[in-house]
Amino acid sequence: MTDTPLKTTPKATGGFDHLIYVLRANPVTLLAFGMFALIMLSAILGPALVPYDPLQTNAAKALHPPSWDHWFGTDNVGRDVFSRVIVATRLDLWISVAAVALSFVVGSVLGCIAGYWGGWPDIVLNRILDTIMAFPLFVLAMGIVAALGNTIENIIYATAIINVPFYARLVRAEVNIRRSAGFAQAAKLSGNSDVRVLAMHIFPNALPPMMVQVSLNLGWAILNAAGLSFIGLGVRPPTPEWGIMVAEGANFIVSGEWWMAVFPGLWLMMAVFTFNLLGDGLRDIVDPRKRT
Amino acid sequence: MLSVKDLAVSFQTRRGTVDAVRGISFDLAKGEILGIVGESGSGKSVTSYALMRILDAGGTIAAGEATYSGIDLRRAAERDMRDIRGREISMIFQNPRAALNPIRKVGHQIEDVLRRHARATRQDARAKAIAALRAVRINDAEARYDAYPFELSGGMCQRIVCAIALACDPRLLIADEPTTGLDITTQKAVMDLVRDLIRERGMSSILITHDLGLAAQYCDRIMVMKDGVIVEQGDPVQIFSAPQHPYSRKLVDATPRVGESIRSLLPPEDRKAELPHHVHDRPLVEVRNLTKTYRGSSGPVHAVKGISFSIKQGQSVGLVGESGCGKSTTSEILVRLMDATSGEILFDGHDIAGIPAQGFARNPRRAEIQMVFQDATDSLNPRHTARQTIADPLHRLGGLRGAKLATRVEELATLVGLPLPLLDRFPHQLSGGQKARVGIARAVALEPKFLILDEPTAALDVSIQAVVLNLLVDLRAKLGMTYLFVSHDLHVVRLLCDHVIVMKAGEIVEQGPAQDVMSNPQHDYTKTLLAAAPKPPARRQVA
Amino acid sequence: MSSGSIVSSTCARCRPVKPVSVAAYPRLRAVAFRVAQSIPVVIGVVVISFLLTRTLPGDPAAYFAGAAADEASIAEVRKALGLDKPLIQQFFIYVGDLMQGDLGQSISSGRPVATDLASRLPASLELTLTALILSCGIAIPLGILAATRPGSWVDHLCRVLVTAGVSLPTFFTGIVLIYVFYYLLGIAPSPLGRLDFIYLDPDRVTGFYLIDAALMGDWETWRGAAKQLILPAITLALFTLAPIARMTRAAMLTALSSDFIRTARAAGLSRGTILYGYAFRNALLPVVTTLGMVFSFTLGANVLVEKVFAWPGIGSYAVEALVVSDYAAVQGFVLAMALLFVALNLVIDLLYTAIDPRIGFSSK
Repeated sequence: MTDTPLKTTPKATGGFDHLIYVLRANPVTLLAFGMFALIMLSAILGPALVPYDPLQTNAAKALHPPSWDHWFGTDNVGRDVFSRVIVATRLDLWISVAAVALSFVVGSVLGCIAGYWGGWPDIVLNRILDTIMAFPLFVLAMGIVAALGNTIENIIYATAIINVPFYARLVRAEVNIRRSAGFAQAAKLSGNSDVRVLAMHIFPNALPPMMVQVSLNLGWAILNAAGLSFIGLGVRPPTPEWGIMVAEGANFIVSGEWWMAVFPGLWLMMAVFTFNLLGDGLRDIVDPRKRT
Repeated sequence: MLSVKDLAVSFQTRRGTVDAVRGISFDLAKGEILGIVGESGSGKSVTSYALMRILDAGGTIAAGEATYSGIDLRRAAERDMRDIRGREISMIFQNPRAALNPIRKVGHQIEDVLRRHARATRQDARAKAIAALRAVRINDAEARYDAYPFELSGGMCQRIVCAIALACDPRLLIADEPTTGLDITTQKAVMDLVRDLIRERGMSSILITHDLGLAAQYCDRIMVMKDGVIVEQGDPVQIFSAPQHPYSRKLVDATPRVGESIRSLLPPEDRKAELPHHVHDRPLVEVRNLTKTYRGSSGPVHAVKGISFSIKQGQSVGLVGESGCGKSTTSEILVRLMDATSGEILFDGHDIAGIPAQGFARNPRRAEIQMVFQDATDSLNPRHTARQTIADPLHRLGGLRGAKLATRVEELATLVGLPLPLLDRFPHQLSGGQKARVGIARAVALEPKFLILDEPTAALDVSIQAVVLNLLVDLRAKLGMTYLFVSHDLHVVRLLCDHVIVMKAGEIVEQGPAQDVMSNPQHDYTKTLLAAAPKPPARRQVA
Repeated sequence: MSSGSIVSSTCARCRPVKPVSVAAYPRLRAVAFRVAQSIPVVIGVVVISFLLTRTLPGDPAAYFAGAAADEASIAEVRKALGLDKPLIQQFFIYVGDLMQGDLGQSISSGRPVATDLASRLPASLELTLTALILSCGIAIPLGILAATRPGSWVDHLCRVLVTAGVSLPTFFTGIVLIYVFYYLLGIAPSPLGRLDFIYLDPDRVTGFYLIDAALMGDWETWRGAAKQLILPAITLALFTLAPIARMTRAAMLTALSSDFIRTARAAGLSRGTILYGYAFRNALLPVVTTLGMVFSFTLGANVLVEKVFAWPGIGSYAVEALVVSDYAAVQGFVLAMALLFVALNLVIDLLYTAIDPRIGFSSK
C-alpha cells in the first residue's frame, strides 16, 4: 500500500490517455460524447446541410405529417420542421454557451475573492447571492427580460445572472477549503504572492468540479432559454428556435398534429440530456466517489 | 474461544480482486487480550470486520474458518450474526465522534442496543442506559444521557462507544485503533479503562493498532501482520527482545523508546554514524511575549498567551503539547504565515513580527525561514509534479532558470534520497514516505537558516517515520540548519532535539535541555505526558 | 424489534416534562436568528424588484401606461408613479405602497395587481403542492431503495429516471401528456383550467378546489377538479422527481457508509433500525436542504405548466401580462413569487433546525 507500483511513463498517463480509458470503461459517457459531437456538427454546419430554407413558407404544404420529403413534417405555414429544428441548434447553443461562459467568468472571480480573502467582500457577496437566490430563478429571468427588453442578448444576460450564484458559491467553497491547505501555505513560503497562490495553485485545483458544473449547467441554461421563448420572451417568430417551435406546435396538439411540437421538443430534450450525461461522465472522471 | 483458520478476505474492486487478508490462523483463549499490530494496508482491520461479518460492500470471506464458541462465523445466517453482534462480540472503533449517530442522544443510542438484545424493556431502558454510562466511568451520567455526540469531547465519545459495545455484556471485545486521533493523555485514560473493564468482566479482547508499544503495554500476546499475513506472534517481551521475522525486527527497531539513539530506529545495516551538529551561543530566534488572540463566536480565544523563548543557531528545539495547546499557532506565526496579536520575534537580531504575513513572500528573509508541513499529501499541489514542487521556491525566490534549475532540483532530490525517475510523478503516484521527501526537499531547497517541522511524521507509518527522522538529522548536519520541531510525542522529540519546550493551553509550562526534561520533569503536566506515553519493554541487547 | 428506535424516542418524549434545559436556549436563539436573517433577504428582494421596474429601457412611464396611452396619460402615470422624483425618494414611495399592499394597477384586467394575484394564488399553490407531495412520495422511497440496493434494477431505474428527469422540458412533457391522454386515449379532460364548465366552482373557503369541494361534501365537483389537476400535477412532479430522488440516493449512500452505521451494525441493531432510525434520519438533512432548490425550480416550472394547461394561476397571469406588456402585473408577480419563496425557505430551514440538534451550537 505504501509504495505505488512503478508505472512506465507517468507523463503519458495524462489527460488524453485517461480520457480514452474512461470512455472505454463507460459506454454511456461515450454515447454522450457522440451525441455532443452530433449537436456541435449541426450547430456549425446545420444551415448548410438542411434540405429546405427554414423560413420558406408554402401554403400548399401546410401541416403535412412526416414523410420522406419532410422527415419531421411541415408546420402550419408549410415550413419544413426538420430544417427548422436543425438550424435552431446554433441559436439555442449560442444562448446557453454565452450565458454559461459569462457566469463562469463572473462567478469565478467573485468566488475567488470571497473565498480567499473572506471579510467584508465575502459578506457582501453572500448577501447579494442570497438575494438572487431568494427569487425562483426562472421567475427572476422573466422579470429581468421583461425589464431590460425582449431581445436575445437580454435572454443571455438573464440566464447568466441566475447562473452566477452557482459558480460563485462553488468556487468560493472550493477556494475556501484550499486556502489553508498545506500546498497553498507552502506556495507562500516558496515566495508566491497571494494573487499568484490563488491563480496558479488554488484555482486550477478547483477547476475539475467547475467543469462538471459547466456541463450540467449548459443543459439547464438551454432549458431556461427555451422556456423563456416558450412564453414569448426573447426570440421572435419566425426565427427558428426550439422553445418557440414547441409553443407554436402546442396549439395544434389538441387536434392531433403532434409533429410540430414533438420534434423540436425531442431535439431540445436530447440536447439537454447530452449535457447532463456529459456532466455525469465528467463527474465520474473527476470524482468517482460522487457517482449518482 | 475464538479460533481462526486460514482466513482469507478479498475485495472486488474496479481494478479486479484484491486479497486483503491471505490465510491467517490464530486462537484466542478466554480472558486473553490479543494485539494485532501492523502498518496501514496490512489487513489488520479487515480481519476484525470479517470476524464480525461487517465488511464493506464488495468484501467477502474467500476461504478459511472462523469459529466462535462453536458457532461458524463464516456460514452463520445474517439473522444469527445480528444476535451475536453486540451480545457476544462487540467492537469499538477509531474516530469515536464519527462512530456515533450525530443526531441521536447518546442515551438513546445505548438504549437501542439494550432493547435490540432484549436486555431492557421500555420501562427500565433509561435506567439501564445510565448504568451503562456509569460502567464506563462517566461522571454525571444522568446529564450525559441527554447529550448529543457533538457536545462531548473525543475521549468522552470513545467512552460512549465503549458503553454501547459493553451494554449487553459481550464476551469478546474487538478494539479497532481505539485511540487514534485522541491526545496522548486521553489515549492512556481510554486504554486503561478498556483494559480494566475487560479484566473485571473476564472478557477476551482483540486490540488492533499500528503502535507496537501500545500493544506491548496492554496485550498478553501480539501478532504482527504485514500484507495480509501474520509474520510473527508471541508474547510482547519475546517480540521486543528477540523478534524473529525481519519485518517485526524492523517494527521493533522503529518504535521510539527510552534510552535509544535516533540511529537505532533504523535496521542495524542502515545505521551510519551520526554526523555532529554544532550549537552556537548566538541566538538565531528570540521570541518575546508572543500572543495570539482569535475572535471566536463566543468571545475572544487566547491561543497563545505571551510566551518567550530563544533558539540558538544550530540548535534543535522541540515544541511539545497536546492538540489545542497553541503549538501550531506558534509555528505558523514564526514562519510568518500568520500575524501575532502582540510580541516580538527577533530573527538574527531583527524584529520580524512587525512585518505583515501577507507581504512576507517578497521579504528577503523569506528564503531563510521555511517549514515542513504536517501532512505530506495535503502540502503538495495535486496538479504539480515533484519536480515542479521542488523547483517552485528555487524559481520564485532563488531566481534560478533553465538548466541550472533542473540541475539543482536533481541535486536536492539526491540529497533527500528521492530517486530521480520519481521527479516527474504527481503526488498521487508517490508513496507517503516519498511525498515526505518531496516536501523536505522543497523546504531545504534554499538552504534556510531556520526550519520549522510541524509534526512532519504524524501521518506516516512508524517504519517510514524512522527513515524520515534520520534524514532530518542528516540534513541538519549537512546544511547547518536550526530546527523547531513541533510534535505531540515527547519520545520522538527527545531523539532529535537538544532543548524541549512543553506547552499547555497557550502557555509554556516547562523548558530545558531535552535530557533533563525527560529524565527529571518538573511540571506536573510534563510528568503526566511522560507517564501517558506507552512504555514498550526493553529491547534486546544490540550488538 | 425493528421499531426499537422509534418507540424509545417517543417514550423519551412522553416522560414528564422537565423544566426547559439550558440546551434549549441556544436553539431558540438559532430559530430567532434564522427568522431575523430573512429580513435582509426580503429587503434585497424589494430592492431588486424596485430596480427591475425602473430599469425599463426607454421611458418606464410609457410602459406602465400601456401601448395605447397618449402623451397626457403618460405624463399622468409619470406623476402618479412618482417617476419625476429622485430615485431614492421613488424607492421609499415604492416601499410605502408595498406596505399598503399596493402593487399598482394592471392594464389588462383594470384591477389592482394585488387583488388579481390574491385571487389566482390558490390555483397555483394547489397545483404546486400536489405536484410536490406526489414527487416526494415517489422520489424519496425510490432514492432509498436505490441506495440500499446499489447495482440492482431499482438503482438503474433511479439513475435513468434522474438523468432523464432533469432533461425534460416541462412544457414539452405537458404537451406530450395532453397528446397521449387527451387526444389519443381520451381519458383526460380538455386541458383548459381548473374545472370543466359543466361544474360550478365550489364555495371559496381556502381557494383550493379539492379542499373546498370536500368541505362542501360535493364529491362530484371534487372528482372533476381532481381530473383537471392530475395531468399538470404529474407534469410538474416529473420535473421535480429527479433532483429529490438524486439527493435522497446520494445522501442515503453517504449516510450508509458513515462510521456510525458501522457502529450500529457491530452492535447488532436490526436492519430496519439501521436504515430508518439511523441512516434515513441523517440523510434527511441534505434532502431537506435540496428541497429549497427544488421549490425554486418548481415555482419557475409552474409558470410554463400553467401556460400549457391554461391553468388560471399567477403564472399564466404573468405570461398573459407579458404578452400585452402589462409591466406592473409582471413585476408584482415577480415580487410575490420571491416573497413566497423566501417564506418557503424559512419553513425549510426551521424544519432543518427541528431535525438537527447541532444547529445553534458553534462547536464542531
